[in-house]
Amino acid sequence: MRWLLVKDLQILKRSPLLVGLLIVYPIAIALMIGFALSSPPGKPKVAFYDEVAPGQGTIRLGSQKINVAGYASDLLSSVDPIKVDSEAQAIAKVRDGAALAAVVIPSDLPQEIQSLITQGVGDPTVKLYLNTKDPIEKQFVDQAISSRLNQVEQDVSKQVLHVAVSDLQEVLDGGSVQILGQDVRLLGLRNARTIIQGTIASLPRSSPLRVALSQVNAFADLAIQGLGFASPVLGSIGTPLTVDETQLAGRTTPSDAYAAAIAVIVSLMFVTVLLAAGMLALERSENAYPRLVRGLVTPGRLLTEKIALAAGCATLVTLVMAAFVSLFVHLDWSRFELWVAALALGGLAFGALGVAIGGLAREVSAASLLAFLVSLPVAFVALVPADAVSGAVKTALDVVAFLFPFKAALEAVSNAFTGTSPGAGLPLVHLAVLAVVFGGLARVALLRFAAR
Amino acid sequence: MPSAAGETIHPAPSATTLAARLLTKRFGARAALREVSFELRSGEAAGIIGPNGAGKTTLLSILAGVLAPDEGELTQTGGSVGWVPQQPALYSKLSAAENLRLFARLEKLADPEAAVARMLEQTALADRADEEVGRLSGGNRQRVNIAIGLLSEPSVLLLDEPSASLDPRQRERLWEFISALAQRGTTVVFSTHNVAEVERYANRVLLLADGELLFTGTPRELEQAVGGDPRDFEAALVDFLHQRGH
Repeated sequence: MRWLLVKDLQILKRSPLLVGLLIVYPIAIALMIGFALSSPPGKPKVAFYDEVAPGQGTIRLGSQKINVAGYASDLLSSVDPIKVDSEAQAIAKVRDGAALAAVVIPSDLPQEIQSLITQGVGDPTVKLYLNTKDPIEKQFVDQAISSRLNQVEQDVSKQVLHVAVSDLQEVLDGGSVQILGQDVRLLGLRNARTIIQGTIASLPRSSPLRVALSQVNAFADLAIQGLGFASPVLGSIGTPLTVDETQLAGRTTPSDAYAAAIAVIVSLMFVTVLLAAGMLALERSENAYPRLVRGLVTPGRLLTEKIALAAGCATLVTLVMAAFVSLFVHLDWSRFELWVAALALGGLAFGALGVAIGGLAREVSAASLLAFLVSLPVAFVALVPADAVSGAVKTALDVVAFLFPFKAALEAVSNAFTGTSPGAGLPLVHLAVLAVVFGGLARVALLRFAAR
Repeated sequence: MPSAAGETIHPAPSATTLAARLLTKRFGARAALREVSFELRSGEAAGIIGPNGAGKTTLLSILAGVLAPDEGELTQTGGSVGWVPQQPALYSKLSAAENLRLFARLEKLADPEAAVARMLEQTALADRADEEVGRLSGGNRQRVNIAIGLLSEPSVLLLDEPSASLDPRQRERLWEFISALAQRGTTVVFSTHNVAEVERYANRVLLLADGELLFTGTPRELEQAVGGDPRDFEAALVDFLHQRGH
């Protein structure tokens, strides 16, 4: 096997273009994936139609007005809005793919909010149309708009509470309100109590009014205490939590390390699968396979040599790549042994997949094409977010991901880089089992390898 | 076999080195070989001939150990069997010497470097030893291909259409080389579509058709079997096949 390894390394050394492509191409793809995963998403295009007529977006609460329409436009701050002139146009924008979603503000929204606040009856509704063609983008838009809606709800509640607290304060301390365009003075409970207490003091001790006024004074005391307590409580509900935000130039997060792990595993997969498939198919393309297996090398040893060659080269390339990535993303160097173990076992499993592909394809060009055709969906299936697809599809994707080495290798390497759970033990065992299974499949594929 | 002067030489065969008994091989429902039996002796040069699909490559593959027969047995005595496949089985990115060295090491020869030097010398490729095989001419590639088959100094050498794709000059040099091997006692078995090559270089004809061995004997014996013009071996071969319904 040693001499076959030496021979393959000599061939690779004399194929600089092939080696260059095998290394540069997957690394370029991996870096692009890593960049895409670690970059913040852009604003989604959303069609927006506001049915509320100009000047009608205000509601009146007691003595104050709230501009609800202003809050509705806040919805647009987290998206790239496409303003349209009707609900039908908004829906059309979604249907023809010009917008990922459409938001429609109905004309009765201010009235419904006012009714809900003042009478407890009302159903203020904002219409949202989502394009379901792409589940990942749908999820992204849904999250962006829902979080913005929650913010608007909080802002409106806060404003309503502010108005309520202000009105309560006027009931307590007095002030002035506008009624039918006229300024009307409010006495306020505290002033009323002072007047009552003065009146009681001026009355003779035997006056029957003293008892009645003392009852009014007691009620005023209770009301002042109760309302005096309610004001700060309502105020605190309006702002239940304060976030003290401080920006620090700290280390990168585990999600960056995960993106780095994806980039490394994509490279590991492409280098190993392509190299193993291509080098095995080369034995047949050069007509050397029958000469080798007539007593010089057993098919099993030949497969082992190809897997070892591909896994060794890919492990070396990806270790260098990980070391380079660690200049920008924090990777835990104290777990370096685990990096090597995860990449080597991942390489062996991908190498076994590669020789199975090479054995089936039999020609170098067909093997390379088939290796690409298999590798891309294998990576895609393992990277689909769990909540981006329905239950049945998710189960099917999980089964497919389980049958190929990408997901297990990603879990093992991700754990090796950061030490986050789940641990690397199970994925490493999974990879070892997959290496044996694909090695067995490759051995079966070799039965027809020499046939013309 | 022709001598250096062009005279045909058929050295006297000696001990049996290869014996096939009732070899049968099927690919699915189709029988590629049917109960083929023959014996070859040291220094004998046997030419396997027959129409397309007769089973020539299948027979050589079984003799080489690349294919296993479904029935029958093969006995080989003394030394090893060298095999030269129809298409050169070489790594085109390696030089002639590197190809030879690789197979010498895989064959676990006692002194690989000496074996490489000997084969380069015998095939007159010493001055092209370090050139990548992919850049060599078809004739030189075939010489390296044959040299690999001879690395272990086999007592039996099997060649599958060795002169295919060679020009007349290269073909002439190839047969000179193979004839010299037979004269030194190597049993040579080759397949070919070129009837003249069998007439000229083989002292035993194995005539196959539809997987069946129809005739085994010298070229002259085949001509006598059909009673035709002894100066036209090809016509005798065609007549023989007609008489047997092929």
